Amino acid sequence: MAALAGLAPAPPAAATPPAARRGARWTPYLLLAPGLLWLLLFFVLPLVLLVTTSLSEPVPGGEVGATQPAFRVANYTEALADYWPWFVRSVGYGLLATVLALLIGYPLAYAIAVRARARPLVQQLLLVAVVAPFFTSFVLRTIAWRQVLADESLVVSALKALAVLPDDARLTATPLAVVAGLTYNFIPFMALPIYASLERLDPRLLEAGRDLYAGPVTTFATVTLPLSLPGVVAGTLLTFIPATGDYVNAALLGGPGSAMVGNVIDSRFFRVVDYPTAAALSFLLMALILGLVALYVRRAGTEDLL
Amino acid sequence: MALASGASSGADLHLERLTKRFGGARGGTAAALAVDDLTLTVPAGSFFALLGPSGCGKTTTLRMVAGLEEPTSGRVLIGGQDVTATRAHQRPVNTVFQSYALFPHMDVLANVAFGLRRRGRGDAEAAAREALELVELAHLADRRPAQLSGGQQQRVALARAVVNRPAVLLLDEPLGALDLKLRRQMQVELKRIQTDVGLTFIHVTHDQEEAMTMADRVAVMNAGRVEQLGAPQELYDLPRSAFVANFLGQSNLVPGTVTGARGDLLEVALTGGGHALVPRERSVTATGPVVVGVRPEKVHIAPDAGRDDAGPAANRVGPGTVVDASFAGVSTQYLVDVPGAGRLSVFSQNLGHGPVARRGDRVRLSWAPEHSFGLRGDEDPAAGTLERESVADAVAAG
Repeated sequence: MAALAGLAPAPPAAATPPAARRGARWTPYLLLAPGLLWLLLFFVLPLVLLVTTSLSEPVPGGEVGATQPAFRVANYTEALADYWPWFVRSVGYGLLATVLALLIGYPLAYAIAVRARARPLVQQLLLVAVVAPFFTSFVLRTIAWRQVLADESLVVSALKALAVLPDDARLTATPLAVVAGLTYNFIPFMALPIYASLERLDPRLLEAGRDLYAGPVTTFATVTLPLSLPGVVAGTLLTFIPATGDYVNAALLGGPGSAMVGNVIDSRFFRVVDYPTAAALSFLLMALILGLVALYVRRAGTEDLL
Repeated sequence: MALASGASSGADLHLERLTKRFGGARGGTAAALAVDDLTLTVPAGSFFALLGPSGCGKTTTLRMVAGLEEPTSGRVLIGGQDVTATRAHQRPVNTVFQSYALFPHMDVLANVAFGLRRRGRGDAEAAAREALELVELAHLADRRPAQLSGGQQQRVALARAVVNRPAVLLLDEPLGALDLKLRRQMQVELKRIQTDVGLTFIHVTHDQEEAMTMADRVAVMNAGRVEQLGAPQELYDLPRSAFVANFLGQSNLVPGTVTGARGDLLEVALTGGGHALVPRERSVTATGPVVVGVRPEKVHIAPDAGRDDAGPAANRVGPGTVVDASFAGVSTQYLVDVPGAGRLSVFSQNLGHGPVARRGDRVRLSWAPEHSFGLRGDEDPAAGTLERESVADAVAAG
């Protein structure tokens, strides 16, 4: 019997899948193709070019900006040695703007998501108000801030009249103006993810908190805040990453003393035409932000909440 | 704050002229009256059910006791102390919410220990473990609520409330989200836990069977008022309004007029030609129009042509025509159209062989006078039937 069983032909199943099914197997890749192609052309390729540039060296005796391929790691060490204060300033401004945006954005999101929940119309209007600035260009909005903070502006004269500011003080071209601009520009990025997670918050959980002897403050600290943490993490990342790498605010609102890494890269690329240093600085900034974000996400410990 | 220290064996709850009006405060338009001048006493340590169809105000009443809703007027007293002005977190009351409302970001143990921690109990964790043992979930202490089944979540919600030993424990349709089998099982479980811990339980439900099997006392609510309050058997045996008669079990209600008295019995001429005797103390009214009621299982059904063995004193209706006979194993339900009296329902136990009557048969109906009850003559005999049916649908849908 065993011999007979061995002689029996192999079952025909699982031999070759029909043509139609073989086609279906490729469908996911076909769907991915446009996106992958896009990434390849506009992300991977430029990244490779940037790496190559960051390691290249000037052509001896060549034109301004002419480089030749090399493996000059010193580009990085020199960039870091020359420009580390700008890195510190960038991270500092980025952090400050993130904290300020959180302090302003969280109550804003809370008011819209929780307090205005019973009034959908008010809720919609407030959300539109949060998103409205996006209808104007980022640069235009920042230029408008220059008007707001200008020496002869209402804000400054009012602050001087109230003796909050000394008579000879100014707001433009100060770190304060840069941080204020960064904070303003990124508040929607902070408020919207927090709104999204607060909006999902089940109000019955807050009732359960109150029912279990937690007063308003304790309920907020033990129920609302932990449950909105995914939004807070998302919002801080969406604010910190672009704010740290930003150069528009520093360029338009700041002065020489408040320049950020982005401004250095900008001037290396377009004014000094020192491509290798600019590319190395870009990579250093990217690595720095990645490292800080990785540390933050790990510390926040919200993997199971996200 | 001394209030929140809690009681070890529950306290009595007293509601005094409690009223809640929703909306209309500013507009001056007709505000919805959710709870209407409700006065109620729940003795300490009892299992009390607030029973009624949806929208009758039972959940609003519960929320006012919990402090989650502010009464428009009236007072809430727990153990003799007026807590009307205190806020939810200051009251010695805990709630098992219909949706359970477990904190999704905490494990089961932290959920159960939440209330104890807020009150600074040092042994919060140990007490929480003990409470989890009470609901037989100690082995799931470090799970997240999302990893539990509906029935398990329900038990965690119960443990989270019971562990605080509140003076009054409120249960807001706690079994509503469970399927029928689990619901029956949890009814037994809940009753056992209540007996074990000896707390005052107030259970809000729209399921009359649930209220009758679990509660010591039931208050039937309708349109913001308590229609009748008493032990389940009392309410079933002697309903005082058509709503209670129809919402709590089924009833046959036939209008009539009191024509005289024979000792302790009232003589009633029923519309449609029948007559009935109703014990005087079982009737709301002793003169004029009256609605006579009897439960379907108390009614005897007999073929019109057959021998009349109901006895001379029996109440009689009919003859009528059987319009439906549905066999349900232990019993058969007959619907009988009696000209003038309406459609009556009879539950007949299947004691002999074969059915007593078939569809289209002419039958006579009779019942013992002591099973009759009398309601106010101006009551709508159909009050409460629709509500019961919609509840039955909801229960069947699970």
